[in-house]
Amino acid sequence: MSEINEASVRAEVRAWLAANWDPNLGLVEWRLKLAESGWGNPHWPSRWYGRDLPVGLVPVVEEELKAVGAIGVAKAGIRVLAAATILAHGTDMHKEKFLLRIMTGEDTWCQLFSEPGSGSDVAGAVTRAEKRGNQWVVNGQKVWTTSAHKAHWGLLLARTDWDAVKHKGLSYFIIDMKQPGVDVHPLRQMNGHASFNQVFMTDALVEPEFLVADVGDGWAVTTTTLMHERRGADGLRTWGQGSSRPERAYAEEREEIATTMEPYKWYPQRAGRVDLIMPRANETGGINDPVMRQEIAKVLTMSKAAEWTARRARTAQEQGRAQGPEGSLGKLASSVIARAAARVHTALSGADAMLTGDDSPMNGLIAEIFVSVPATSIAGGTDEIQRNIIAERVLKMPKEPREDTDRPFRDVPRNTVS
Amino acid sequence: MKFSFSSEQEEFRSNLRRFLAERSPTKEVRRLMETDAGWERDGWRAINTELGLTAIRIPEAYGGHGFGFGEQCIVLEEMGRAVVCAPFFSTTVLAAGAILNAGTEAEKQALLPGIAAGDTVATLAWVEANGRWDGAGTTMLATPSGDGYRLDGQKTNVIDGHTADVIVVLARTPGSRGDAGLSLFTVSGDAKGLSRRSLKAMDPTRKLARLTFDGVHATPLGPAGGAAAAFERTMVEAAVCLSNEMVGGAERLREDSVAYALLRVQFGRQIASFQSMKHKAADMLMEVELAKSAAYYAAAALDDGDADVAATASLAKAGASDTYIQTAVHAVQIHGGIGFTWDNDTHLWFKRAKSSEVLLGDAGYHRELMMRHWAA
Repeated sequence: MSEINEASVRAEVRAWLAANWDPNLGLVEWRLKLAESGWGNPHWPSRWYGRDLPVGLVPVVEEELKAVGAIGVAKAGIRVLAAATILAHGTDMHKEKFLLRIMTGEDTWCQLFSEPGSGSDVAGAVTRAEKRGNQWVVNGQKVWTTSAHKAHWGLLLARTDWDAVKHKGLSYFIIDMKQPGVDVHPLRQMNGHASFNQVFMTDALVEPEFLVADVGDGWAVTTTTLMHERRGADGLRTWGQGSSRPERAYAEEREEIATTMEPYKWYPQRAGRVDLIMPRANETGGINDPVMRQEIAKVLTMSKAAEWTARRARTAQEQGRAQGPEGSLGKLASSVIARAAARVHTALSGADAMLTGDDSPMNGLIAEIFVSVPATSIAGGTDEIQRNIIAERVLKMPKEPREDTDRPFRDVPRNTVS
Repeated sequence: MKFSFSSEQEEFRSNLRRFLAERSPTKEVRRLMETDAGWERDGWRAINTELGLTAIRIPEAYGGHGFGFGEQCIVLEEMGRAVVCAPFFSTTVLAAGAILNAGTEAEKQALLPGIAAGDTVATLAWVEANGRWDGAGTTMLATPSGDGYRLDGQKTNVIDGHTADVIVVLARTPGSRGDAGLSLFTVSGDAKGLSRRSLKAMDPTRKLARLTFDGVHATPLGPAGGAAAAFERTMVEAAVCLSNEMVGGAERLREDSVAYALLRVQFGRQIASFQSMKHKAADMLMEVELAKSAAYYAAAALDDGDADVAATASLAKAGASDTYIQTAVHAVQIHGGIGFTWDNDTHLWFKRAKSSEVLLGDAGYHRELMMRHWAA
């Protein structure tokens, strides 16, 4: 057998695309082909729609798809986290039932982890799953659930044992979101958007075969999902605008992007829009103000340095070397950058920083930056939690003494108001 | 652009780190910093002969090893980490840099082999009483005289200025202004009419001197009146090199701080277990890693001939300046009372952080330079 390397992979995927890519196919029809060929997620196991390719060679495949304008498998949203979790912990039945429909984009997923009483402390979940007869019956409330109103399936973390210690009493389920016991309400944010939902489960049912791993193993499975979330595996950062070409597959993809991206349309603003700082500085004349110039330069310095830090981490990974501490810092750095950028943007707008919507600069975009940036240091692990993680995992500093892990969960103090 | 280190470079770094830890422990740093010279010729020659440090970036044609800024910056980072007392930055970054940028072939042949071999210690004198870091701020006059020039005036804050064998001097032709009329010269350390006074440097590991020129005979380096570009290039290179030296020191402080927090017990716990310490340490790590990335990237940009390198150099210097001093402030704080004592080593880096922050222009100065490049 010939050796697998960049050139061989490139040649193989190129030949396959030449023979198979057709923009006149339906989106699902094309993605089925792509998934079955193994080129859709080539780093997945060959038994499950992949080719066992090293992760480092995935960009080669992506480049080739891009070169001919071929659409990839569905990647955006929680479905990627679902796929990664199912691949790691799911049964063959789960893989058969879910993976293909995740890749085609037919199924949408959501993540039911956070609760009003457990944000940073996800393992403090109190949503209850009880076995009644042969079925699991779920009662409780989840929050910050992106796209729950559209989701077909949910990744559910629930407590199955209240006498066990905190992390041992949790189980992980796949729950059918389209059932009477599941009630979804949008949650309005300080920036006016409603990208997230509250999910109320009242005697919602889960079939026994949709338990993932064993009863009591829920935390380990959750850790897998969260790890992929922190890696930014939801594909949003790389997902482009879609093509404006007329063929059927492109048209269907545009529709999919519009729907999927709806909750995320303010996400670029929450990162602070560093890209707009120089244009705005020129437009407003702030570029001539020595104090503004200093503030602008500070943001650009951090932003560039963070970009280069990410590149260093990536290069180390590509060269097969152990990633240094630089790999753990991106999220914290992006919070600091977003906050500083929002400050600069509002300062550049002068008095108009008091306005919003179409009365304000860039048709409300600058105002939206200001009211969206606070999410960056909270969502996906607060800055404080990130700092704990960096200190404990990278710097090997000891954990603080805990009072929630040495006794049955029912005796652990928890929120009475939430 | 590639700016990660090869395995050869990593090996070079770890060897160098071990070597410097052995030859220049803080005990030795403390001994040398108490001397007026700030370094010793025999000790420095021994280190240099073994490792060929001053030869690294000098081309083979002039007796050097012909490596790039990437390698030179590894040396600087490790020397910064160990706050080594040696005339390395002055000789190789400032003087050899200026000679490479401005000198004619014959001048390079005459001056560089001595530096590469470690026999010649050299420096660059450009700052004057007005404190300006740019060439245009130069007021020292170079008047044609006989077969050369005579220099009159004063240079200050000259690194290793009182001990250097050769001093590269920036001066201007009478009647010229701004960047026009700038020339570089070489002057022997024992030249007639040159008086050198060692200044009381707050950072005793980097000695500074005031040089008074009273009709000193000087030899031109490169074309008379046309040194502005070569000088500016030298400053860009120096900013990158210093940034790398600085991140080495910052990282050492950061590591020492965490090590101390793990050792120190208060309220029945290692203080490293308190979130106030952990969050500070995490912020320090982030800041130092970001500053390292900028410094490494800038070194790679120099080697690659990147067109935007001047802005990148200023970005790196601004980042390293803020980060090093901030890390030093945190480091003293984390060490608590012991960190304020003379016997604890933290102040060696605390002082180096300040002298490096100021040297070649502080963060604010370099942010403004950066904006001039980017705000066109």
